[in-house]
Amino acid sequence: MNGALPFIAAAALLALVLGFLARRGKDMNLEQWTVGGRGFGAIFVFLLLAGEIYTTFTFLGGSGYAYGKGAPAYYILAYGTLAYVLSYFMLPPIWRYAKEHRLYSQSDFFVRKYDSPALGVLVALVDIVALIPYLVLQFKGLGIIVDIAGYGAISPTVAIWIGAIIVAAYVMVSGVHGSAWTSVAKDTMILAIVIFLGLYLPLHYYGGLGPMFTAIEQAKPGFTVLPAHGESLWWYASTVLLTALGFFMWPHSFGSIYTAKNATVIRKNAIFLPLYQLILLFVFFVGFAATLQVPGLTGSNIDLALFKLSVKTFDPWFVGVIGATGIFTALVPGSMILMTAATLIANNLYRAVNPSADDRQVSYLAKLLVPLVALVAVFFTLKGGETIVALLLMGYSFVTQLFPSLILSLAHRNFATREGAAAGIIVGVATVATVSLTGMNFHKLAWLPSAIQDLNIGIVALVANFIVLIVVSLATRAAAAPAQAAAE
Amino acid sequence: MRSIRWLAVVPFLALLVGPFFVNQPTPLILGLPFLLAWIVVWILITSLIMAVIYAVDPANREEGA
Repeated sequence: MNGALPFIAAAALLALVLGFLARRGKDMNLEQWTVGGRGFGAIFVFLLLAGEIYTTFTFLGGSGYAYGKGAPAYYILAYGTLAYVLSYFMLPPIWRYAKEHRLYSQSDFFVRKYDSPALGVLVALVDIVALIPYLVLQFKGLGIIVDIAGYGAISPTVAIWIGAIIVAAYVMVSGVHGSAWTSVAKDTMILAIVIFLGLYLPLHYYGGLGPMFTAIEQAKPGFTVLPAHGESLWWYASTVLLTALGFFMWPHSFGSIYTAKNATVIRKNAIFLPLYQLILLFVFFVGFAATLQVPGLTGSNIDLALFKLSVKTFDPWFVGVIGATGIFTALVPGSMILMTAATLIANNLYRAVNPSADDRQVSYLAKLLVPLVALVAVFFTLKGGETIVALLLMGYSFVTQLFPSLILSLAHRNFATREGAAAGIIVGVATVATVSLTGMNFHKLAWLPSAIQDLNIGIVALVANFIVLIVVSLATRAAAAPAQAAAE
Repeated sequence: MRSIRWLAVVPFLALLVGPFFVNQPTPLILGLPFLLAWIVVWILITSLIMAVIYAVDPANREEGA
């Protein structure tokens, strides 16, 4: 027994209790379970939309990125901000349409807009393939956090099992209400902890932010600016743009739009979410503070920077508090992913093959699927090798492929046809997979100017997607026109 | 007054194009390297811009919009 364990145990218990209490007073039909009865006010919608920024990826990965690479980490601040600017214009029409047609999932949106259940199945498959590795990432992070913050008293395997059981239990019982309630605890804790760490660590080790950055620039010249090659300005601009477009294409983020009780809630949040993003700045400060204090972490170990420095600096009980916060950053996004994946399978795959299924059956099935999806994710977390890592890197690029056909469908007259949308998505996803699996990037094409070499390769997939979408849409329109004329 | 929405282009220019002109470590602003300070300041301004758009946009005064 060490000083950290009580706090870690308390966090797990708190998540479970909040997750169960969230159900109170609600009849958990599909609409309550998956989109909160479309009755969430500004705060819950805010927390759900912000949930995406503060996952284990940012807690561990954000500080790790600053620690290992320096300035390229800034891109995370920029893309979130631009995504929230887009949200003001893009999300209200999505919300309105979803409410009118009583949609539950992102896939439903495509089914309705393109009047094509088959396109819905395609979207659901892309979503699930992207979501499962993302859930695995949260579980992996949870294992690491509990292992380090608990000073090795609890093995990652045990931590992952316990975490998966807790999150599956409260998602089954409370659905998105459980995510919303636990996110209140998560965000309160992370605000306090991250701001404290981000201010204290630079002060403690360097005497302040200015001296810290001066010391870093002296030891590693160029570390606080974007390098001339590799993760350069061109890399930064292309990556920020791509990730900003893909941000709300994550099906669980997309689904949290549906929970809003009106569109004003969503627009108002576009004012405050950019500010909230700034908490990440403090995560970066921790990573920068660690660069000169716990040097030597390389490869995927850079993600340990925050905890290595914390263990070096603080008493075990406080490391336990940080660990408790870390647990929430894994469980809350995990719960949203879990619920979204289960809804997609029940509502968009099962219902596609069994159209007579009513909402009650779908709701029942979705809840039954929660522990199964969690089990699959635990299996991949514990047994998954290289494949899962490859899928992780692709997840974001996969969901970004939904952007062209989604954005076009918001226009009064949608130019894209269902065939065009499907072909674009398939080509985009295939391009992402090919490019990622072969390790292709512009640097392999030595004849290109260096600015282009540094561009994010994801742009190729998105452009290919768009071109195929346009060509196929034109072709299907041309083919349909004579038939229509004949019918008239 | 819907044209006020075009203000939203400004954060894109500032955060995508701006760094090409300010990619330097110094001077430190409030202790932050210049490039990082640029990004942070623009996040603050972005929030302000969205507040202005929100206040002027007639969509937010329609009932249940």
